[in-house]
Amino acid sequence: MPQQREAAVLGMWVFLLTEVLFFGGLFIVYTLYRTWYYEAWALASKSIEIVPGLVNTVVLIGSSLTMALSVRAAQTNKRKATVNWLLATIVLGSVFLGIKVYEYSLKFEHHHVPGASFDFYHHADLLGETHEEPASGMTMGRAEINRTTQLFFSLYFVMTGLHALHMIVGVVILFIIAWMAHKGRFDSEYHAPVEMTGLYWHFVDIVWIFLFPLLYLVERH
Amino acid sequence: MSSEHSGIHVSPLSIYFTIFGALMILSAITVGAAFVNLGSFNPIVALLIACIKATLVILYFMHVKYSSQLTKITVVLSLFFVAILFAETLMDYATRGWIGGGGVPLH
Amino acid sequence: METPVYPAHNYLSNGHGLKSWLLTKDHKRIAVLYLISISIFFLLGGLFAVGIRLELTTPDGDLFQPDTYNKFFTLHGVIMVFFFLIPSVPAVIGNFLIPPMIGAKDLAFPRINLLSWYLYVVGGLFTLFAIVAGGVDTGWTFYTPYSSASSSTNVTATALGVFIAGFSSILTGLNFIVTIHRMRAPGLHWFKLPLFIWAHYATSLIQVLGTPVVAITIVMIFVERAFGFGIFDPQRGGDPVLMQHLFWFYSHPAVYIMILPALGVISEIVSTFSRKRIFGYSFVAFSSLAIAVFGFIVWAHHMFVAGITTYAAMVFSFLSFSVAIPSAVKVFNWAATMHRGSLSFETPMLYVYGFFGLFLIGGLTGLFLATLGTDIHLHDTYFVVAHFHYIMVGGAIMGYLGGLHFWWPKMFGRMYSEFWSRISAILVFVGFNLTFFPQFVLGYMGMPRRYHMYPDEFQVLNVLSSAGASVLGIGYILPVLYFAYSLKKGEVAGNNPWGASGLEWRTQSPPLTENFVEVPTDIPEAYEYTPQVIREAKLV
Repeated sequence: MPQQREAAVLGMWVFLLTEVLFFGGLFIVYTLYRTWYYEAWALASKSIEIVPGLVNTVVLIGSSLTMALSVRAAQTNKRKATVNWLLATIVLGSVFLGIKVYEYSLKFEHHHVPGASFDFYHHADLLGETHEEPASGMTMGRAEINRTTQLFFSLYFVMTGLHALHMIVGVVILFIIAWMAHKGRFDSEYHAPVEMTGLYWHFVDIVWIFLFPLLYLVERH
Repeated sequence: MSSEHSGIHVSPLSIYFTIFGALMILSAITVGAAFVNLGSFNPIVALLIACIKATLVILYFMHVKYSSQLTKITVVLSLFFVAILFAETLMDYATRGWIGGGGVPLH
Repeated sequence: METPVYPAHNYLSNGHGLKSWLLTKDHKRIAVLYLISISIFFLLGGLFAVGIRLELTTPDGDLFQPDTYNKFFTLHGVIMVFFFLIPSVPAVIGNFLIPPMIGAKDLAFPRINLLSWYLYVVGGLFTLFAIVAGGVDTGWTFYTPYSSASSSTNVTATALGVFIAGFSSILTGLNFIVTIHRMRAPGLHWFKLPLFIWAHYATSLIQVLGTPVVAITIVMIFVERAFGFGIFDPQRGGDPVLMQHLFWFYSHPAVYIMILPALGVISEIVSTFSRKRIFGYSFVAFSSLAIAVFGFIVWAHHMFVAGITTYAAMVFSFLSFSVAIPSAVKVFNWAATMHRGSLSFETPMLYVYGFFGLFLIGGLTGLFLATLGTDIHLHDTYFVVAHFHYIMVGGAIMGYLGGLHFWWPKMFGRMYSEFWSRISAILVFVGFNLTFFPQFVLGYMGMPRRYHMYPDEFQVLNVLSSAGASVLGIGYILPVLYFAYSLKKGEVAGNNPWGASGLEWRTQSPPLTENFVEVPTDIPEAYEYTPQVIREAKLV
């Protein structure tokens, strides 16, 4: 048994290593374009509602806590607590995804989805808002901003979309693990699946810890 | 409270809540800092805090602090190769526009 | 000398019918599944190569439309790279032999091993669908913006196929890493491992570190095509060169995914047929890891004329030269191993001799291309085509075939025809050189790659190349025939027909499902060929 657990732990960490490189590819694209088109980045980031993002940060870190507590409950042979903390993690994960859906719907409403109908200024114009300039001042014209903010929103959707996809997979796995825990399949000797799910879930949390400041907080002052 | 049982480390409950509290406080600081004009330090502060948060999650929630050398090496290895990807790609872009450097002009 | 008997109980006899194969968790059966499926893709990729060589026998574009020709070289590249070369040695030979070599019953995750085969098949089906639906014409590199904005062919299906096959590759690598760390027999420490294992460990590192980056690149191309997003789209300020950076961050190391396992095979064969321990064992072992790491820091030498800066190019050029060091360490150590060894000339060793010649030429011409000045002249010419075929076909496939001939008796318990296999090894070597050496000359003279027409003065060399391809084709078909024949009619091989060292030769051929009756405990040093061991091996 210990040998199996060690193999599983190592396997999971190697898998997470591939995940780091997977998201790493997106972050390099982000870094380069943010440097090139800082004004577009500042404006686009400012256009995103900050509250849902902040709530999601709290929710997701909270789900990491419940996940960690579930692993601990499994380690200490507390079956009921294991199941309950897993269910709490599922609930928080679902809340996160629900808020994400709401945020995406805003993007569609505001014409902030890259493609033919993209118009960065559509929503602001509708409200008659004037456009704040970034602190460093503006050098890009309206057309230029309309072009390059599409890069931002393309990355926004790919990054948060892949993150959400990982969460959906995570929630499905959590359901399976919770069911197995309910059936009494885990104890303090054997609970590698709970532990592995925990590692995966925390990784997804870490991705969000980076996504939140990079997408929502480029320039708020 | 922490005990070694077949190589499994059980952290005391207080650690989890302390880390959660720290993560919450750091999140609040990130948001707060974003509303203050720190010039070019804004992204540095944001990334630094994100790195601290990630480190806390890795060390305590993911138990790397109590894990084998091999697990620690795996974590470092992934960061090392992301660093290679960043360093060498940006080496190209950082030298765009240098005298005689050629390459696609900057935007 | 006793005549060996074919064992009644082995992994092949343990279960019959399709279900026992398609749901197997035995790494040896999964290796056989891989052997069959990658052979099919090799045949398919070969057929596209036949089309290319036929078209190029004449200077005019008389066989295909230009569009069709583009699809032929694209599909040849996609299939050969992602569906043959990358899985070839690891998924077949590695899968079969890593557990017995380290005294284990199976890989660490047998179910994931099977899953990885299914992913490979699903990825392959996507690519086959793309072929049936009309093909794809972006080149195997999927460069944007052509692949995302312009090409009207089946880029999405092909890219998804490559994406899925990438996961298969990641899972194989993950499985090998964990297996090599956690499943070694008691007492088998790292420096007693065969160099084949070291090479596979290094390969697996590349697979798990590099493949996710090409996966995310494909995702980004996919969202550009499918949703109209712009990530590398220059019209919206995106940078296609960035896509090339990301693509080559994986695809250069991918060359080492192809060649490193083959280098591992070479170490085993050289040692066995020289009856000597590998000279400088630890240097050869660490050179594999060095190649894996260096492989990740040289990628932009594919992009010297793509618009990167001279400064970056200088650094990448310098670093590219450094890869030559660990590669040369290996070649010199093999040469030193063979020096004053009792050499013999069985078929696996013939492949190794061929490998040396081709790998040497392939490696040295790589230095031409790593040199900034010459690369500007040679870039995108047939010189490059010849160079990477010398490495990927001359190096990797010679290693793969050599390994297949070396371990075939272990895998299936019977010997193939020594006569025909020698003929085939010679045909492959001669055919290969005849095919690709003229391409060096053509490239040097300035013939660009990926065109279906060329000026008349290039015809003689092109006809030579096409003639060589026919010889090479025969060299590849022959093994299929004598291997198939050997399965039923071949002489029974016995446990250790070559008198080789290594744990895998201690068990029966073909092995039991569990590989060993008892987990071996008396672990020898790697490549122990003392006079006494040699004498005993010859008596067996």
